[in-house]
Amino acid sequence: MVQYFNWVSRVLQGDLGRSVFHNESVGKLIAKRLPITAHIGVLSFIVATILGTLSGLLAGLRRGKLADQIVTPLAYVGITVPIFWLGILLVYAFGLKLGWLPIGGYTSPFEDFWLNARQLIMPVVCASVLGLASMSRQMRSSVLEVARQDYIRTAWSKGLRERAIVFKHMLKNSLIPVITLMGFAVGMIFGGSVFIETVFNIPGMGRLMVSSIFNQDYVVVQATTLIFGAIVLLVNLIVDISYGWLDPRIRYG
Amino acid sequence: MVKENSNNDIDFSEAPPRVNEWRRFSRVFFARRLVIFGLLVLFLLVVTAIFAPLLAPYNPYKQDMRSTLQQPNSEHLLGTDSLGRDTLSRLIYGSRTTILVGFATTGFAAVVGVILGLIAGYFSNTIINMIIMRIMDLLISFPMIILALFMAALLGGGIQNVIIALAISTLPGYARVMHGLTLSTKENDYILVEQAMGSSKQRIMLSHILPNALPPMIVLITLQLGTIILAEAGLSFLGIGIKPPGAAWGAMVNDGYRYLISNPILSFAPGIAIMLVVFAFNMVGDGLRDALDPRLRGII
Repeated sequence: MVQYFNWVSRVLQGDLGRSVFHNESVGKLIAKRLPITAHIGVLSFIVATILGTLSGLLAGLRRGKLADQIVTPLAYVGITVPIFWLGILLVYAFGLKLGWLPIGGYTSPFEDFWLNARQLIMPVVCASVLGLASMSRQMRSSVLEVARQDYIRTAWSKGLRERAIVFKHMLKNSLIPVITLMGFAVGMIFGGSVFIETVFNIPGMGRLMVSSIFNQDYVVVQATTLIFGAIVLLVNLIVDISYGWLDPRIRYG
Repeated sequence: MVKENSNNDIDFSEAPPRVNEWRRFSRVFFARRLVIFGLLVLFLLVVTAIFAPLLAPYNPYKQDMRSTLQQPNSEHLLGTDSLGRDTLSRLIYGSRTTILVGFATTGFAAVVGVILGLIAGYFSNTIINMIIMRIMDLLISFPMIILALFMAALLGGGIQNVIIALAISTLPGYARVMHGLTLSTKENDYILVEQAMGSSKQRIMLSHILPNALPPMIVLITLQLGTIILAEAGLSFLGIGIKPPGAAWGAMVNDGYRYLISNPILSFAPGIAIMLVVFAFNMVGDGLRDALDPRLRGII
């Protein structure tokens, strides 16, 4: 108990302790790796959000048509595929057989931007797939729900063009449940970093956590867990605030 | 393809509610072909796990240094790994790990989660509720896999510790859903009647609130089984969980990764097995949800 309080008070002062294995302060260790994980995480989040909402919107609007028949089964595959296995599959296809992309590693974008971009394609695809598929599914069912509402029928009957109805009336209203998922998606993406950084050999937070478990470097395991939790909490706070902006009915007192 | 709103197609005039509850359930449940496919996969999985010693063509642990890294052939249908062990046999034995971890974890997490949620919901606006739900909020704020890794690091490896770690990481989900269900069920008049008649708190909770919450919980449990199996595969991929000679699908994917160029089947086969099982649980879960309570669509 006393140890724990000492640890908490030191963490609050910005001191995460010292790694036994690396013989370096944990703060410094994380400072080197967090930007890499955050880089992949932010890119994946953007990819997942944009493609997830758009594909879900498309599938919902063209329900039962070709677009829906492609998106819906793909989204199902997306939520069932183990991402570490997907990574290996991609490495095999694009890295080893076709030789289009490097099979792993991380180079700073300031050193060699194009190599960095090529190295990141596969990790970002893997990291975003789960979030993308969940958002797409949620978006599809929420579009179907919104399309039944009276105000959409009114919009159609007063002769608005389809583009205006979809982007002005439907998009914003169907986004609300998807926003909730965005918080989860960030958790999935950062949680997935432990797999992605292992498969693609990227020196980020996820691999630091896994290797520290094997090195029995518990100070580092503790610190990485804490940072991951803090990231997810922060994003969820932003999500909660953004409800009010999307839905004026929700107001915080 | 996937038939949405299949529950809307039922002709209610033909089937009066209550009387043919079971028929209504089975009609909706078996309406989708993918649900039947999912059930078939799960049936095969259970059969495989139970009769693994009879089905496996070789001993999954027996090393054979004369036939390492063989390509799939008539003797070894899926080839052999770097220690000459038969991949198909290891895949068959791996189903035991999957089933054991999946069911033990989900059972443990569901029982504890439901009890905590029930207590917290029944004693809402008290300190008990606050303590339970704040702890759940704390647990849920970490990404599930990170929390499971952290717990596994604290407890050490071994399959029973993986079960505990995964159970603690998924427990808050059950507690939260149960908490919500208890809050809404508690407001019904028949609960008030029970209270007026002087029924004990345990009796109200166990024989009145719990049965009403069962259908959604069954759906949640089925869907969670897929998630747990995926997470277990992930942990064993990272090398946490079952100890080396034992067979687990996630660990097999990782073992095969080193021989990806020469023997891609070593990684591909267990991955397909994981995906198939997770897909089956999701399908059956979706089917159960539509059949038991279509209102849950979008909530769970």
